[in-house]
Amino acid sequence: MDETNARPGVIVDAPELDPLRLEDRVDGPAAAVMMSAGIGIFVLGLFTVLSEASVAIHDFLGDLEFGRGVGPLAGKTLLASAGFLASWVVLGMTMRHKEVDLRRWFWIAFALGAIGAVLMFPPVFQAFTVE
Amino acid sequence: MFELSNREFWTVVHGLVLGTIFLLLFGGGLAGLWSLRAGLLTTEGVQERMRRLTVGMWAMAATAWATVITGTWIVYPWYRAELSVVGDEDFAGCAGAILPNATCSPRDFLKSDVTGDTASWHNFGMEWKEHIAWAAPFLVTAVAFIVTYYGPRIIKRPWLRTATIVMLVGGFGAAVIGGLYGAFLNKIAPIA
Repeated sequence: MDETNARPGVIVDAPELDPLRLEDRVDGPAAAVMMSAGIGIFVLGLFTVLSEASVAIHDFLGDLEFGRGVGPLAGKTLLASAGFLASWVVLGMTMRHKEVDLRRWFWIAFALGAIGAVLMFPPVFQAFTVE
Repeated sequence: MFELSNREFWTVVHGLVLGTIFLLLFGGGLAGLWSLRAGLLTTEGVQERMRRLTVGMWAMAATAWATVITGTWIVYPWYRAELSVVGDEDFAGCAGAILPNATCSPRDFLKSDVTGDTASWHNFGMEWKEHIAWAAPFLVTAVAFIVTYYGPRIIKRPWLRTATIVMLVGGFGAAVIGGLYGAFLNKIAPIA
């Protein structure tokens, strides 16, 4: 598989696609959704720790349960989902026509997601618990 | 015959029905993404594969969202209800219990250690599951969008294909942690 000069290391020849006459697409929208997933996971991890570290934040997150008995998990997941969706809309709009370094965006998103996942690991967030 | 209580019904929908659909879709999705390599498919095969993969990925994303939403907003409140507090005694309602009951929710039951060393099932298992499972819909939705946006062009981008598979496997891993702990927790402290 020969790489083209357009994006060294990224694009390879695929003759079976030639009959489809596909126009190339910019990477901005994909970078946006990758970053949004990382942001969503990071926000959830962050609020998981903050809920343990602060009674005020714990109570605020619990207030977002709308009387359903979910507790602070309601606020954590609502804010994380809002972070995911809002960042996707904002980044998607601003990057929809942009060519970007997708690898760089992926690894930043990966790092955010990994940090979020670590913050959600019980021994980690429980280390911040205040009575 | 085959009677289920409301709680049993939603527990089955959340864990068994949606969870099984998610697992099945993951298998198909991973195989589909894996085979998007230059030289492996005909032009007609690429077109057929992409339609199936796109529908499958969005179905997987919808299933992931439905699973975490039913789990968090319907099933979880039954699990975490504080039923056993009597005066200063946090778990008085669980005294002598061999399973959760009307005065001892599953969380109360596990934390009370009334049948042995069960508190870690809540303190580690449930605490991890209830959070990490929410990574699945974020990651799988991103994968569904990427598959839709690029379509067959993914074949010309091996690095993007690998990154997409990493995200899909990450979402699956999060769901597996949620599913496995959910199955164990519902065995030890069933919601009924």
